[in-house]
Amino acid sequence: MTVSFTDWITELANWVFLLIAIPTVAAAFFVVTAKNVVRAVLSLVVTLAGTAALFLMLGAEFVGWTVVLVYIGAVVILFLMGIMITQSPLRKSTDLSQPMSTRTPAILLSVILFGVIAWALIVSFGAEAIPLPDEATRTASIGEALFTNWVIPFEAVSFVLLAALIGGITLARRDPSEEVDA
Amino acid sequence: MTIVQFVLLGAALFSIGLYGVLTRRNAVLVLASVEVMLAAVNVNLVAFDVYLADASSAGQVMALFIIALAAAEVGIGIAIVLMIFRNRRSADVDELDTMRN
Repeated sequence: MTVSFTDWITELANWVFLLIAIPTVAAAFFVVTAKNVVRAVLSLVVTLAGTAALFLMLGAEFVGWTVVLVYIGAVVILFLMGIMITQSPLRKSTDLSQPMSTRTPAILLSVILFGVIAWALIVSFGAEAIPLPDEATRTASIGEALFTNWVIPFEAVSFVLLAALIGGITLARRDPSEEVDA
Repeated sequence: MTIVQFVLLGAALFSIGLYGVLTRRNAVLVLASVEVMLAAVNVNLVAFDVYLADASSAGQVMALFIIALAAAEVGIGIAIVLMIFRNRRSADVDELDTMRN
């Protein structure tokens, strides 16, 4: 089922989409270009909140709230702690990004990548409508899927998290013998 | 709504994240750019999950796995950056050129 442009522009949900998508992309752009570290990380919050809002629009409630809890609640705090610990300059700073000579090929590469992906997507999907479900995906059905079809990957992820926990502590901890010397 | 608008947003976020990974010098900001790329992947997974109306919600489950793995990746990444900073007094990825030559 394809959607004509006039149908698209008159559907209220698409205006909501634009209202979410434009700030999301703008904030993502600010993450990679900002001259202030703390502002870059805080605009990451806007990007992630935008994706969470899109998940809610698509009826993926549980994923949306997990993004809010895990990303915005924990990962961004971790980033801010990383900035403070590495004593990055908190004010405006010019050496956060590469000089323009290195940036030009990077701009070219990302624009070409976006062009190729966008071309491929438009050619293959055109204006095909996304069949929105009548109600949000029930969290219970996600839980059932996790513990039936995906139970082995689920256990593997829990093991990875345990390994990351131990690895993080081992890496970040000061060597006790070093402390005795100091 | 069309499927293309969601996956195009994903493509835009991915390209922006790639640009950040290539041009940022501060290691913490490189990790932040990787997060933008992972967010793009999540948008794609959930959009296609809804598009295909998958009975077992495979796309949403994969998005949850990516969120969990991204949390682990940031934890380890920040720990590594911290260790590099302790040894080299700098979080600038350009200065980590010991293995060059």
